[in-house]
Amino acid sequence: MATGTTPTGSRTVRDVTADGARDKSLAGHIGPDELARAEVRDGVLFDVRDLQVFFPIHEGFFKSMVARKGEKRFVKAVDHVSFCVKQGEILALVGESGCGKTTTGRTMLRLEEATGGDILYKGLPMRAFSHKALREYRKKAQIIFQDPYNSINPKQTIFDIVAEPLEVNGVTSSEREKEERVVKAISEAGLRPASEYLYRYPHELSGGQRQRVCIAGATVLEPDMIVADEPVASLDVSIRNDILKLMVEQKETLGVTYLFITHDLSLAWVISDRIAVMYLGRIVEIGDTEEVVADPRHPYTKALISVIPVPDPLAKREHVILAGETPNPVDIPSGCRFHPRCPEAIDACREIDPPDVNVGGDHYAACIRLK
Amino acid sequence: MSATATSPSKTPERIAHKGLLEVRELTTRFKLSQGWVRAVEKVSFSLEPGESLGLAGESGCGKTTAALSILKLLPENGRIVSGEILFDGKNLAKRTEYGMSKIRWKEISMIFQGAMNALNPVTETGKQIAEPIILHEGVSQKEALKRTRDLFELVGINPKRVMDFPHQLSGGMRQRAMIAMALACNPKLVIGDEPTTALDVMVQAQILDLIERLRRELDLSFILISHDLSVMAETCDKGVIMYAGEVVESGTVAHLFNDPQHPYTRQLIKAFPNIHERREMVSSIQGDPPNLLDPPPGCGFAPRCDAKTGACANDPETVEVAPGHFVRCHLMKRGVA
Repeated sequence: MATGTTPTGSRTVRDVTADGARDKSLAGHIGPDELARAEVRDGVLFDVRDLQVFFPIHEGFFKSMVARKGEKRFVKAVDHVSFCVKQGEILALVGESGCGKTTTGRTMLRLEEATGGDILYKGLPMRAFSHKALREYRKKAQIIFQDPYNSINPKQTIFDIVAEPLEVNGVTSSEREKEERVVKAISEAGLRPASEYLYRYPHELSGGQRQRVCIAGATVLEPDMIVADEPVASLDVSIRNDILKLMVEQKETLGVTYLFITHDLSLAWVISDRIAVMYLGRIVEIGDTEEVVADPRHPYTKALISVIPVPDPLAKREHVILAGETPNPVDIPSGCRFHPRCPEAIDACREIDPPDVNVGGDHYAACIRLK
Repeated sequence: MSATATSPSKTPERIAHKGLLEVRELTTRFKLSQGWVRAVEKVSFSLEPGESLGLAGESGCGKTTAALSILKLLPENGRIVSGEILFDGKNLAKRTEYGMSKIRWKEISMIFQGAMNALNPVTETGKQIAEPIILHEGVSQKEALKRTRDLFELVGINPKRVMDFPHQLSGGMRQRAMIAMALACNPKLVIGDEPTTALDVMVQAQILDLIERLRRELDLSFILISHDLSVMAETCDKGVIMYAGEVVESGTVAHLFNDPQHPYTRQLIKAFPNIHERREMVSSIQGDPPNLLDPPPGCGFAPRCDAKTGACANDPETVEVAPGHFVRCHLMKRGVA
């Protein structure tokens, strides 16, 4: 377990210091009953507050002896991230690889533990969930992975794959009920008639169909939210759009909330209600999708949008190509983490960590040059 | 023009052909235990010096096979069955393995898709790039490494990193190293097989920008193989759209994107979102591509086509709808489109 403070000094890590002690004392305060009674207030399903997820770097024996105390280093995958997920929306979390988008999604499912900050689910702090409450919570939040070839068991039939979450969670009381729910989930995922797919094996299905099986496996528990982690990145163009459509359809008909994690801003633009752009562990801009794309305010978002290729050779646009690569999340630049690559940086950017600035409506960007 | 001269003399005559590279009715098949797969069927295109051409289509459409046929780098079970690959006055389709070894890298080189897999993990990156220089130009390793450092400079990697192993370089840098390797022997033509597919958007933009710059500076011809039509639209002069091993439409990028004629091209373009236009749901193409072991007669796209007619059961002819704009579809002949 990690010890000491982070280089920023203010935040503490894991359960060692005061913050962590609070964590421990809180754990178990919220039981399954309280969770069941919780309701969505003001349409906010998740409220992520100042979330931090740091991974300690395990250095060799010698280095750990030589290093002074408090010099323990961390990969700061998610560093002070705050946002909320509204019920029934598709929120896209967009960013380049290593920006922390997947870690954020996994932490919301408690697949990773937060090292700081908190996530409120229906107003309840997730770190205070008891073991039983956590089990209940897991039924409410599901995930779809990127690769439908490796994320389902090749030896199970489609029925078994989709029924497994029900069995594990002991949700259904009878075989008949189980079957009904599986069939319902499969046909809702667009595999119709479901009876034709129930007893087939994954190798008999195409990539797109397999991804639909994964979606059925996620929706069978009727979750509040599904984290879709690059659900179409490994699919062909002609198929991927069907999966995107299915997500929109499920949002509209079943009221499923989606956290759509993607590196492709143009896909996020197509289906999401809101977009959050991440860079090096921080959300740099968040807002209504059309607004963010039409009027990006953060220099990083501007650059990102300018380089997205579009299928139109006549659209000759100015490309803002950022030099270099995203810095290492271990040594995050001082002040604004984007300043070394920012085309609009001023001197102050080196010192001031920018706060989120409201640029109108629900649209925020973390840049000190915005007023 | 069509002088496929088989000269008896030792030094083969230059064959007259269009541009730097002209591929005529190239047909490539793969032998499987179940039979022959029709991977590439009568594919024709040409490329002028300094021009960039995009080969696009979904996975399995034969775009990579067409490119590998040019370099004759097909796997063991692949055969060029017929057709001509005329490059700089030589017919590569008829060349021996030894003859090809003189062409590869010296005249035509390739940037492979996965830079991590294409580079040898246990050899220093610089040494791998120096290898073709030593081989083709007979220079010393010292001289070759010096040139490698210049190449690193050219593609935007710090020359000090020439002795780094591939794993010490980032994904973007590895792809740059692959480009340096492709340029090592000053080829006339570079083929990029999905050179930016595994990269982040910003790195992709950097790499495409680099390729564009090098193309202008070194007057290179470039063939870009990509499933991403948007990338092709932004970087190429001309394009070839392939479907089920055949060319369905070819022309300048303006032809293909601003005046697409083939139903497949139209549907494929619609599958890519354009964030500068009005937001709408991108469409899909229903159905699956045909099984190329036993392709159906007639137009390969007909089963998925929304403009299918009775005529589609017969092979469509390729029609030149505008100068340099070719479409292989029955609709063209009747002038319906």
